Amino acid sequence: MITVEGLSKSYNTVQGSIQVLDNIQLNVRKGDIFGIIGFSGAGKSTLIRCLNRLEEPDTGRILIGDEEITALKGAALRKARQKIGMIFQQFNLLDAKTVYQNVAFPLEVGGYDKAHIRTRVREILDLVQLSDKENSYPSQLSGGQKQRVGIARALANDPTVLLSDEATSALDPETTYSILELLKDINRQLGLTILLITHELDVLQHICNQMAVIEKGRIVETGTVDKLFFNPESQTAQRFINIIHQYQSRRFAVEGVGAGI
Amino acid sequence: MKDDLYELLLEGLGQTLYMVFWSSIFAILLGLALGISVVVTERGGILPAPAVHKVIGTFINTVRSLPFIILIVLLLPLSRLIVGTSLGPTAAIVSLSIAAAPFLARIIENSLKEVDTGKIEAAKAIGASPFTIIFRVLIPEALPALIRGLTIAVIAITEFTAVAGAIGAGGLGSLAIRFGYQRFREDILFATVLIIILLVQSIQWTGDYTAKRIERKRFKMD
Ligand SMILES: Nc1ncnc2c1ncn2[C@@H]1O[C@H](COP(=O)(O)OP(=O)(O)OP(=O)(O)O)[C@@H](O)[C@H]1O
Ligand SMILES: [Mg+2]
Repeated sequence: MITVEGLSKSYNTVQGSIQVLDNIQLNVRKGDIFGIIGFSGAGKSTLIRCLNRLEEPDTGRILIGDEEITALKGAALRKARQKIGMIFQQFNLLDAKTVYQNVAFPLEVGGYDKAHIRTRVREILDLVQLSDKENSYPSQLSGGQKQRVGIARALANDPTVLLSDEATSALDPETTYSILELLKDINRQLGLTILLITHELDVLQHICNQMAVIEKGRIVETGTVDKLFFNPESQTAQRFINIIHQYQSRRFAVEGVGAGI
Repeated sequence: MKDDLYELLLEGLGQTLYMVFWSSIFAILLGLALGISVVVTERGGILPAPAVHKVIGTFINTVRSLPFIILIVLLLPLSRLIVGTSLGPTAAIVSLSIAAAPFLARIIENSLKEVDTGKIEAAKAIGASPFTIIFRVLIPEALPALIRGLTIAVIAITEFTAVAGAIGAGGLGSLAIRFGYQRFREDILFATVLIIILLVQSIQWTGDYTAKRIERKRFKMD
């Protein structure tokens, strides 16, 4: 569903050119929930933003569905973007618009008539369980509700893939869990392919079936999520797993003291 | 002898309102065109065009660096060309609009720049065109700030009309100078000052009220 071949990207800064993505290869199958994990600055955001060309890659090819994203420009690129949903860490909802209007916006951009838009917005708000909030403004919603609106907006135009840039990083654990469950449901119900980036192992563990590890702009490991946990090969993966083990051993120690008293 | 007071004031107020209204409309339209252009053509903007950005920026700065009274004099031939005369309220509208436009452009630019780039990216990501992003995202999101900025600008235009009165534009400004200053009619002087103060207050109040109403609608907690 998503194929990335030889994707590279560098930024020109005052210190000179820095390579942020280095010859990225990726293959996400239809219906996958594919997680990309990496430490801060590894290039995760840059990678996902290249997929819908919010960021211009230097070289490489990107295919989404049967559309060659890297070959498009202007109106054709905008048309393709209508079928690529994206959700953001900071939600990026429009404060001037109600929940209804936020979700209707991509449909208006898609040129649908009012009646169709109304049906579709209601349907999608129902899916994200926000039917009672359609006339609220984003400022009147909690973080979790805002992200549900973000998800509804991303899904409104019936995309072929959903891109998620740290969609749960600004949320508390319980809300994170409910959003992840929602994404899982959507994946199951609609068969929607989801590509998400995260720096939280929990997220990967909870909903992804496939993953890739990105380290300094390179994909250093790919495979199933289980493989990452049981047989981490890359330095980044090992560091992530070690952090978990350290937490666990510290917890054992605390519990051990408790039992002793 | 003082019977002429109301008549003079009424006529002066009428001319001032006429000048403020039309100058504001034209200046806002010109200012929006310049302000939007300068924001969207910026590097990394919605329609990047660094060369255009530079040209518009330089134009705005050049016009803004001229004192208003000199600008009006410079624009007199233009007024004559457009409305056939360089005297009276209608002629002043030409100078006032053009003189105020660059000031408005900067105010509009500042308001539009306050809009979170994340919102613009979200609009790009759903496939919105630059036109849609400007008119459905950028302007609505910036609206309360835009209204506050425009309020400042309309008040400045009101002050400008009074100055323009000194060189034949008519209105309350010319009344104050012709009668209050040159003929020692203190009643007229004070009355014009009072009316201008009230005018500025009501513009400020209307702007504040409108901006607050929009903000309350968007950000009220229920
Ligand atoms: N516009 C830019 N100009 C210059 N350098 C940039 C720019 N955007 C990102 N970078 C650099 O590219 C690298 C990768 O950034 P990116 O945002 O993709 O990382 P990330 O993996 O998403 O990190 P995080 O987990 O902190 O979000 C970083 O070193 C960053 O400083
Ligand atoms: Mg990031």
